[in-house]
Amino acid sequence: MAQAPALPAGFELPLEPRLPRIGSVDQVAVEERAATLAKRSIKREAKVFALELAIRMTDLTTLEGADTRGKVAALSSKAIRPDPSDPNIPSVAAVCVYPNLVETAVERLRGTTVRVASVATAFPSGQSALDIKVAETRDVVELGADEVDMVIDRGAFLAGRYAKVYDEIVRVKEACGEAHLKVILETGELGTYDNVRRASLLAIAAGADFVKTSTGKIPSAATLPVTLVMLEAVRDVYEETGRRVGVKAAGGIRTAKQAVQYLVLLHETLGAEWLTPDLFRLGASSLLNDILMQLRKEKTGRYQSPDYFTLD
Amino acid sequence: MTRLPVKKTYKLFIGGEFPRSESGRTYLAEDQNVARASRKDVRDAVRAARQAQPKWGGMTAYNRGQVLYRVAEMIEARRDEFADLSTGAEEVERAIDRFVWYAGWADKLAQVVGSSNPVSGPYFNFTVPEPTGVVGILAPAEPPLAGLVSRLAPPLVGGNAVVAVASEAHPLAAIELAEALATSDVPGGVVNILTGHRAELAPVLAGHMDVNALDVTGEDGDVAELERLAAENVKRVVRGNRDGQSAWEAAAFLELKTVWHPIGV
Amino acid sequence: MGGGGLGPPGPAEPMSKLDRRGDRAPIPSAWEYAPAPESREIVALEERYGSFVNGEFVEPRSGEYYTTIDPAREEPLAEIAQSGPEDVALAVDVARAAFENGWSSRPASERSKYLFRIARLLQERSREFAVLESLNGGKPIRESRDVDLPLAAAHFFYYAGWADKLEYAFPNRRPRPLGVAGQIIPWNFPLLMLAWKIAPALAAGNTVVLKPAETTPLTALLFCDLLRQADLPPGVVNIITGDGRTGAALVKHPGVDKIAFTGSTEVGKAIKRELAGTRKSLTLELGGKAANVIFDDAALDQAVEGIVNGIYFNQGHVCCAGSRLLVQESIYEPVIEKLKRRLTTLRIGDPLDKNTDVGAINSRQQLDKITELVDSGKEEGAEIYQPPCRLPERGYWFAPTVFTNVAQSYRIAQEEIFGPVLSVLTFRTPDEAVEKANNTPYGLSAGVWTEKGSRILWMAERLRAGVVWANTYNRFDPASPFGGFKESGFGREGGRHGLEPYLGFDGAEASGG
Repeated sequence: MAQAPALPAGFELPLEPRLPRIGSVDQVAVEERAATLAKRSIKREAKVFALELAIRMTDLTTLEGADTRGKVAALSSKAIRPDPSDPNIPSVAAVCVYPNLVETAVERLRGTTVRVASVATAFPSGQSALDIKVAETRDVVELGADEVDMVIDRGAFLAGRYAKVYDEIVRVKEACGEAHLKVILETGELGTYDNVRRASLLAIAAGADFVKTSTGKIPSAATLPVTLVMLEAVRDVYEETGRRVGVKAAGGIRTAKQAVQYLVLLHETLGAEWLTPDLFRLGASSLLNDILMQLRKEKTGRYQSPDYFTLD
Repeated sequence: MTRLPVKKTYKLFIGGEFPRSESGRTYLAEDQNVARASRKDVRDAVRAARQAQPKWGGMTAYNRGQVLYRVAEMIEARRDEFADLSTGAEEVERAIDRFVWYAGWADKLAQVVGSSNPVSGPYFNFTVPEPTGVVGILAPAEPPLAGLVSRLAPPLVGGNAVVAVASEAHPLAAIELAEALATSDVPGGVVNILTGHRAELAPVLAGHMDVNALDVTGEDGDVAELERLAAENVKRVVRGNRDGQSAWEAAAFLELKTVWHPIGV
Repeated sequence: MGGGGLGPPGPAEPMSKLDRRGDRAPIPSAWEYAPAPESREIVALEERYGSFVNGEFVEPRSGEYYTTIDPAREEPLAEIAQSGPEDVALAVDVARAAFENGWSSRPASERSKYLFRIARLLQERSREFAVLESLNGGKPIRESRDVDLPLAAAHFFYYAGWADKLEYAFPNRRPRPLGVAGQIIPWNFPLLMLAWKIAPALAAGNTVVLKPAETTPLTALLFCDLLRQADLPPGVVNIITGDGRTGAALVKHPGVDKIAFTGSTEVGKAIKRELAGTRKSLTLELGGKAANVIFDDAALDQAVEGIVNGIYFNQGHVCCAGSRLLVQESIYEPVIEKLKRRLTTLRIGDPLDKNTDVGAINSRQQLDKITELVDSGKEEGAEIYQPPCRLPERGYWFAPTVFTNVAQSYRIAQEEIFGPVLSVLTFRTPDEAVEKANNTPYGLSAGVWTEKGSRILWMAERLRAGVVWANTYNRFDPASPFGGFKESGFGREGGRHGLEPYLGFDGAEASGG
C-alpha cells in the first residue's frame, strides 16, 4: 500500500497557498447531473441486485452517547443476519461503533464476515490535540478494529492550514497499521463543492483508503451531488495513478430508493468493477430495514409494514 | 323542517394556520364575532412572514406566477360565497381577474423594471429587481375584497411576504380570502391576514423594526403619525391605487440591485 | 496536484486485514438495468386524421393521405391528411374571418385567460403528450416528459401574461396584431415548436394557421383536442398537415400577413426569396453549427457533461447543438479521454424506455444524411470514435460519434449534420477561439466554459451568435429570447422581444425581413 512519508512538524506544504485554486466544480451542473442520474428507473432483477448489493455495502452504525454492550450486541446480530426469516439475505459489510464498544463488537462478530469499524480522532468534532487522536487510533486497532473512521480537522481546513490537515491524516494512517482508514471530510461543514474536491484529494494524498462524506452528527450529511464530486475525485486519482480509493456515503440515507440512487451514481461514474464493498460503503442504521421491506415487496408484490422486520 | 346550519368561527390567518387572537378577544363586524388581533398577533404575523419570505422570494418567478394563478382558481371556485361577502359578483370577478393579471407579471417584471446599462469602460453592468422583504398592508375599508386584493397582489408577485390588516367594518371577505389562500399553493406565512381595530394595529405594524415597507393606501385620513413611526427603520411607505392595477404598483415593493463585472480575457 | 502524494501507479491491492474475512462475492462485470418502459396505453390514436379548421377536423379536399410512423420501430401510427392549396386556402380564410369577427377585438384579458387555460391543460395532460411525442418523433421519454412538455406549458403561461400588458412591453408604440400568421415548424421539438409559435401569436391578438412537420404531426393534432377542451373560439388556431408543398402553399397565400418559419437554412432562403416584394412580415429560425468552447480553467467534469448535453441531447437534432467542440490545446487530452469514457455510459435505445438517453433518428431521410456526412468525415481524414453500443434491428439509429483531427475546412466542421456527431478542433488563445468560433455562415448559438467571469463576458461580447451559454448548454426558457445572427435567421422567440414579430406598430412596418 502506497504511503506518503510523515512530515516533520511545522513543515508547510508548498502546495498550501495554491490549494484553493485547484479543481473548481460547477455547483449547478453537478447538482443537475446527480439529479438526472437519480431519475434512472431500476426495476425487477436490476433492483434486486442493487438492493442485495446495498446490504453488502452497509456499515451498520450506532454512534450514540447512550450506546451500551447490549445495544451493540443486538446490532451485531442484525448485522450478521439482517432477516432471520430469509437466509439468502447477505450480511452487511461492517458494524460501526464508538471506541468503548469495540470490544463488544469484536467478540460478537468473531468468525463472521462482518468487519468492525471504529470511529476515532475525537469524533465527531476532531477538535483535540493530535497525540490524543493518534493514541485513540492505536487503542481501537489494538482492541481489534478492522477499520478506522477518522475525522479531518475542519477548522484547520477552513482556515487554510492544509499541511496540518494532511499531517494528521498521515499520522493516523501510520497508527492504523493493518486496519484500513476511512477519512471523514464532514462535507456539510466545508461549504462548497470546490472544497469537497480539494479535501478529497488532500485526504487521498495523505493515505486514505476511503474518503467518507459525513459523521452523521450534523443536519447536513451525504447528498448525491456531494458524493458525485468525491467519486469524480477518486476517478481522477485512479486514471492518473491506478490507485483505487473507496468512497463511503454516510448520514441521511434512510430509504432503499436513495441507496439505489447512490449505486447508480457509482456505476455510471466509475463502472461496474467498483460495485464492491471494498470500494463503496453506505453508512446507515434505519436504511437496512427499508431495504429488507423493498426486497420482500419485490418477491411478494405487496407493500410491506415495518412490523414484520426485527429492529435488531 | 329547515336544517340548522353550522356557524363559522372567524379567526386570524398567520403562518398558514387559523389561530384565534392570543388576547382571546373578538369584536362585532357584519353581525359576526370576528377575531380582534392584538399587538402580539402582529408580532407573530411578522415573524411568520419573515421566516416564509426567503422561500417565496427564492422561488422562480414562473413558479410564483403559477401559484398566483392557482389563487385565482380558488377564488373563482368560491364565487358565490365571495359575492355574499362583498358588493357582489362584479367585484368578485374584478378581484379574480386582478390576480390573473398580476400572476402574468411575475416572470416579466425584471424585463420591464430591470436593465443592462451601457456604462463607460469595460464592464458589464446590469440592474435587477429584488423583493424588499416583509410588507405591511393597511387594506382599504372598501371595496372589501377587491381593495385587499389590489394591495395584496403587487407585493406578492415580486416575492415579498405580507402582513395585511383587513377592513375593520367588512372583514369577512378577507377571511374568506385567507381560506382560499390556504387551499392554494401559497406557502404558509407568505400571506398573513389580521382582523381587528385599525387604530390598535396600524401603529404597531408601522413601527415594527422588522417590516421593510408599509402600504398606507387603505388609510383615508392623516398618515403622518404612521409615517413618523415608519421612519425609525426607514421603511418604504407606499400609497397606491385602492382598486386598480399597474406594473408600477408591483415595482413599488422592489429594491433595485446593480452589479458590475469587468469584461476581459 | 503534484508530487507522489497521490500514490505511485500500481495494481489495486486487497486490504491485508480483509484477507482473513470479508465479503467474498464476485464483482460483477456489468450491471444491466432492466427495461423500464413507459406505458403507451395513455395515448389513444385515431386511424386517420383530417386537418383542424374552424374548430373541427375536416377531410382534405385533395383526398390525399400519407402515413406517419414510429421511427424507433418503423411501424405505422396513423394516416395524415396531405393538404393541398385548396385546403390551405380554406384554413387561411377561416383564420381571417376569426380574426376580423372578434379575436383581435375581444378584451385582451380574455385572450390572456384562454392562453392560461391552454397552459393548464397541457400540464394536466402532460404525460399523454409526452408519450405521443416520443412515439412519433423518436426522442427519449425522459426528455419529452421533463423538458419538452414543461417548457411548452411554460411558453403558454408566459405569453398568457403578456396578452393584456402589451402597452408595457412597447410603451408609446401602440402595438396592434398583424392578422393571420402562417407558421411552419420542424420535427425536432414538435410540440415545443408549436408552443413557441402559437403562444406569442395569440397573445398579440393574431389568428393562426400552423403546419406541423411532415414526420411529426401527432402531438399537434392531439393539441386540437386540447383546444376544444379550452373552448377556444373556432378558427383562431387552425392546424393543417402535409409535406413541404403544403408549407409552400401557405407561404404563397396572399391572405397571410405574417410567416414564421423554423427549419433548414436552405428552405428559409427559398421562403425569403418567395416573399420578396410582398408586404408579408417574416421571421426565420434556421440552422446552426455552434462552437462549444472549453478553456483550460473550466470545471472539467461539468464541462464534459456540457459537451455531451450539447450534441447528444435530442440525438443532436437541435439547431443550436454544440456540434463543434473547440477545446484549448493545453487540456485536449484530459477532455477527450473523459469525453470518450462518458460516451460509454450513454444509453441508446427505445425512446419509451425511461432510462434511454439517446433515442431514434427521426426519419430514414435524416439517417441517410447523417451517414453521408459521417462518411465524408472519414474520407477527408478525420479520426472517428463511437462507443460500443447495441443498436436495435428495426428503426433508425445512429451511434454517438466523435471526430478528432478535424480541420475547419472539412464538411463535418462546416455543414450542419443535425445528428449525434461531434467535431473536435483545438485553439491556443481566446482570440483564436473567437476567430474559429465565428468562422461560419451560421450564428445561432455558442458555448463558453471557463471559471473566469471576465472571460465569459469578453467571449460573450465577441461571439457572433444569438444565444451564448456560459458554463451550461441547451438551456431554454420562455422568458429568454432565442434566435440567430447571419444565416441562422432573424427575429427572436421568447421574452418580451418574442412578441415583436407578431405586432405592427404606429406607422411603422412590422419587424422582420
